[in-house]
This record gives sequence, C-alpha cells and structure tokens, in this order.
Amino acid sequence: MQDLETKQDLDLRLGALISEHQHMPGALMPLLHAIQDNIGYVPESSYSQIGKALSLSVAEVHGVVTFYHHFRTHKPGRHVMQICRAESCQSMGSEALEAHAKKCLNVDYHQTTSDDAITLEAVYCLGNCALSPAVMMDEEVYGRVSAEDLDALIAEARA
Amino acid sequence: MTTKIYVPRDSSALSMGAEKVAVAIALEAKKRGLDITIIRNGSRGLYWLETMVEVATDQGRVAYGPVKAKDVPSLFDADFLNAKNHPLSLGLTEEIEWLKKQQRLTFARVGITDPVSLDDYIAHDGYKGLKKALTLSGAEIVKAVTDSGLRGRGGAAFPTGIKWNTVLGCQADQKYIVCNADEGDSGTFSDRMIMEDDPFVLIEGMTIAGVAVGATQGYIYLRSEYPHALKALNEAIAKAEAAGYLGDKICGSTHTFNLEVRRAAGAYVCGEETSLLESLEGKRGLVRFKPPLPAIEGLFGKPTVVNNVISLATVPIILDKGAQYYADYGMGRSRGTLPIQLAGNLKHGGLVELAFGITLRELLYDYGGGSATGKPIRAVQVGGPLGAFLPESQFDTPLDYEAFSNIWAVVGHGGIVAFDDTVDMAKMARYAFEFCAIESCGKCTPCRIGSTRGVEVIDKIIAGKDTAKNIKLVRDLSDTMLNGSLCALGGMTPYPVLSAMNHFPEDFGIAK
Ligand SMILES: Cc1cc2nc3c(=O)[nH]c(=O)nc-3n(C[C@H](O)[C@H](O)[C@H](O)COP(=O)(O)O)c2cc1C
Ligand code: SF4
Ligand code: FES
Repeated sequence: MQDLETKQDLDLRLGALISEHQHMPGALMPLLHAIQDNIGYVPESSYSQIGKALSLSVAEVHGVVTFYHHFRTHKPGRHVMQICRAESCQSMGSEALEAHAKKCLNVDYHQTTSDDAITLEAVYCLGNCALSPAVMMDEEVYGRVSAEDLDALIAEARA
Repeated sequence: MTTKIYVPRDSSALSMGAEKVAVAIALEAKKRGLDITIIRNGSRGLYWLETMVEVATDQGRVAYGPVKAKDVPSLFDADFLNAKNHPLSLGLTEEIEWLKKQQRLTFARVGITDPVSLDDYIAHDGYKGLKKALTLSGAEIVKAVTDSGLRGRGGAAFPTGIKWNTVLGCQADQKYIVCNADEGDSGTFSDRMIMEDDPFVLIEGMTIAGVAVGATQGYIYLRSEYPHALKALNEAIAKAEAAGYLGDKICGSTHTFNLEVRRAAGAYVCGEETSLLESLEGKRGLVRFKPPLPAIEGLFGKPTVVNNVISLATVPIILDKGAQYYADYGMGRSRGTLPIQLAGNLKHGGLVELAFGITLRELLYDYGGGSATGKPIRAVQVGGPLGAFLPESQFDTPLDYEAFSNIWAVVGHGGIVAFDDTVDMAKMARYAFEFCAIESCGKCTPCRIGSTRGVEVIDKIIAGKDTAKNIKLVRDLSDTMLNGSLCALGGMTPYPVLSAMNHFPEDFGIAK
C-alpha cells in the first residue's frame, strides 16, 4: 500500500483497478479487496466510480462495503493488530491480553494510536487455536502470546 | 552429500517462530560449511512441538522440537545432521506415539511433503484419484462417493454423494464447484492446514467433483484471515495449470476445469452456503431462502456443488483406494475418518485424524494431555461457536454424528475447545449471544433482535437481578430462535446458551 498524493492520484489508481477487475464474474468483492490492498481502505469517494463501472447504485456499493468486517472506509495506522476474541483464545486468557493491549496502546477496538503506528482490531479466530491466545500483526500470526510478547510486537511496530 | 532438513511453513508453525528457525539453520550451516537443503514442509499438527525440525536419515525422518532460533547452534554442535541426541530430540517422527496412533487418510501427506511441489505430491500418491476418475463415468464417480458414506465435514453432515447426484442430474450450460473455505468456527484449523500444507489434494478433489458432475469452473471461497493459505493455493493452482492438471483437456482427457481463489471479507455468516454464494456474486452475504437448493440454482443461478474443504480433500483417496476402503473406518452412519482439532486449554493442541467413534475423554487426555494450566477440564465446546458445551459427565460420548445428536450436541467441523475450571459459563453464554449479534446477517428478527436481547437478559442474570424470571426469558427467547430462524446462526445459538445453563446452572445463580 502506498500513500495517496492527490484526488487525481486516487482516481487514476481506482481506474486501473476497476479496468483490471470489472470483467470478472461477481467482480465487486475482488475489486474491493484490490482497492483495500492497494490504498489501505475503501474511500467512500470511490463508490460512484465503482458503481458506474459495475452498474450498481452508490447505495448498493455502500451496502456491500459495510456488510463485511474486513473492509474499512478510513485510513488505518501503519500496522494493523488483530487480537483473537473467539472461544479457544478466551480459554487461554485472551481477555486479559485485550485489556493489556487497549491500555498500552491507549485505544479501543477500531481505533488508531496517536502516533499512527497501530490500528487495533478484534478478530474471531485465526485458525491458530492450538496455540491460543493468538494475535495477527499485518499478515503474520503469533501464537501463545503473553503480555510481554505483545509489548515486544508493539515496540517493533513503533520502531 | 546434501542433508535434507524440514522446517514447516504452516502458519501455526510460523506463529511460533519457524521462519527464524529456518533462517538460523541456513546461516549456521553456511558458517560451518555444511551442505544442507531446507525443505519447507507442512506441519505434522503436533503444534505444541512447533517449530518441529526434521532431518532425513537412512532410518527415516528424525524430529527435534520445539526448536527456537537460539537452539540452532547447539543442534549443530550435537550433530543433529547425523540424527545425534540433543535435549530436544523426539526420535523418529513416525514413531512419536501421538502421530503413530492416528489414522491419517485425508491428511496422509500433511507435514510430510513440500506443499507446493507438484513432484512431491505425485511421488506421494497424488493425482491417483483423478486418474482413476478419468476412467469412470460421472455417475460412477458419484456412486463411489456415495458408497464411501462421506458426509459433509463443514457442519451439517449431509451425504456428499447425494448432493453431487443432484447436480449431475441437472441440465445446464454451466455448472460450478464451490469450495467453502470460510472456516469461521473457533477451534477449527483443519481446512487451513489442508490449504497451506497439502493444497494439491483440495485442487484434485475439486477437479474430480468437476469431472463427476460436469462443472468446468471452480471457486475456493477463502476467509480473509488466511493470507498464507491464499499464497499456497495460488502457487499450487499455477503449477497444476502449467502441468495440465487444470485448464482445458486435463490430463489429456476431454474435460475442462478451471479454478480460482476468491477472498471472503470477515463475515462469519458467509460460511453458510447460500450467503457464501451471494458474496461470491458480489453482494451482501444475506442468507437465501431454500428451496431452490444451491445444487439446482446456485452460483449465478446455475447448478452448484458447495462443499467444505475437508469433504473435497477426502475425495481423492476415496477414488484412489475405493469406497469400501474408506467406509471400513468409522461407526454407525459416521463413516471414514474425521480430522479432529484439539484446541483451547489443552497441553497438546493440534490435529488428530481418526476414525469416528473415539471418545472425547480419550481425545482430551490421551491426545490433548489434559489442560494446559494443569487444572481440571470443566467444559468442552465441540463444533464451533454454535456447538453445545459438554460437562465432564458427557466426556465418554463417542465422536459420531448420531451419538452427539442424542445428547443435544453437534460434531460440526470437529473442533474441540477445552476450558479449565476457571471458566465462567454465564459469560460463555453471554458471548454466544454477543457473537450472534455481531455476525447476524439481519434477515430474520429472532436472530437479529433476539441475540441483542439475549445479551441484555444474561447481563441481568449475571448481576443477580430477578434470576428465575430472566432464566425463563432466556429459555423463551432460545425457543423462538430455534424455531424461527432461517439459518443455523440464529437457529443454533441456543445450543451453547442452553447447554451452558443446563449443565452448569451454578454459574447462573441457580441450584444445581
Ligand atoms: C452460520 C453458518 C456458518 C457456516 N460456516 C461454514 C464454514 O465456515 N465452512 C463450511 O464448510 N461450512 C460452513 N457452514 C455449513 C455450510 O452452510 C454448508 O453446510 C457446507 O458448506 C456444505 O459443505 P459440506 O456438505 O461439504 O459440509 C456454515 C453454516 C452456517 C449456518
Ligand atoms: S438466522 Fe441470522 S444469520 Fe441466519 S438468516 Fe436469519 S438473520 Fe441471517
Ligand atoms: S479461537 Fe483464536 S485463533 Fe482460533
């Protein structure tokens, strides 16, 4: 993901992604993923351009983006930390880990730290349940995460 | 001569530092001028021993674990390249009791091969099932799957052969095979392991399904939380295409089958098959009314097979070894093997594949080694967030679809999550409602509103307010959800809630 310079820059990049995906059957999901991978989020200002290309109303595009937990409409921090809240991780103390993360980062879920380093998200199972509690930082999973491990991850993200 | 060293690339192994271990081994060998080849295999599924490093010897592969990067120099000092002893020695991998007692059919290659090497796949019996299938008619393939007794491993346990037969019988210009790789249940990771650690077996299974019913296009709907599986699948698909196992005229036959991975976007309900199809079509994942069945009017309105990863990945061995071979495992109407996932508060979490019929107690103690915290195991949730909580008195129930149904529980996807005696079951019941509220697709009122009301009422019970009245309210609400929901998200949330209340009443402030 690269930072956007201008609105023109955004339009150009959107245009390229749209022409790359619009002919796929069921194009909207792969397109939204491509936009989020490329830009970091799905800007609301992109809905009309997407809608026009796929013959959908702005409301329909909006409806899809907001239905899915994965898509976000605002720019995240430089790193995204996801803490697993599901049962297996709960059985190994993920609640305490969540509380620790929120306190250290001074944010709640769906918020970004003041230095823009980390956006905190909840996740419901990372498929790492044999090594609960689990955390995902960007695209890497961590298992049997202790409070100290979490501190180290945070420090690394801030470095 | 080069020594082969295996370091897993499975994401759970990576979560314990496997990447650093692989790098450390490469560096240390270079420093010492030793000739080694590192193979990034899948995981054997003994996750408490990850990172488990294996060295190939004349006697077989020898294992060391759990290895941390800092252990690497001492392993070399001890001459582990010649299978010498070290405090982390585990002996011959195949002789490890935990692994030796298993019956690995679907997982036959997992942890053994390099997941993205087609040559390795073929050298370990890969594509034998497809080759057999290409000599049979569609009806004969479907019959083999039916005769094997294979039932859907994604949760509902519907006979796979019957589903395929419906699609086979439809006349249409286009049919689809859709693999449900949304694996949203807590405590489950067998789909992820297949996709990361033996992706070709899923590709082969889907290709056989396509050949059987006459579908030329397949989609794997993969949860977005699995970036490593996405990579492995795409690498494997590209290799299968290049070698003529996918695309036009597969293996020189008249059949065409194309395959594409599509990413989901973090909605649990999109694991429900009709909601999954809506999502694949580019819509919000709202559950569809049935009928029509997806087998008749599925993706883009065309006949579609929707199957779970494990169901599809089990098809190759059924075709290769025969329906009877597979059906000979298991008990009653639960035939074959189930990849069971041991998770939560257990000493030895990981993947165990066994014939149906083993009891929970054997799994929890003989395999799981008891709780990780050393306290008594008090409750076990089987079958994901919509599965019932079982108390100690039910631990002797054999894993079998009907036996579980008889105690008002489900086997589901075979995920087992253990809790020690610090668990608060009222909190678990609250979480079940909360999860339903977060993940509800919103189409029906009992699920959408009922789940939020459920959280409120349990909060009152936890606060000790009008306990008797509020318990009754939860029961009424659960009744409405059970009977008035369109899909199992709303319809099964009462399983964890009521089982928690019935088996652990003391946590709700009511007499046992
Ligand atoms: C809310 C909900 C979530 C589900 N999630 C999954 C899932 O993640 N993976 C899966 O294979 N089946 C899931 N299912 C079951 C599917 O609807 C369907 O039964 C299954 O994909 C059929 O494949 P099978 O016959 O091979 O099991 C879910 C069902 C419901 C109601
Ligand atoms: S039960 Fe819930 S998730 Fe299922 S269709 Fe109804 S509202 Fe949607
Ligand atoms: S429940 Fe946390 S990784 Fe599965």
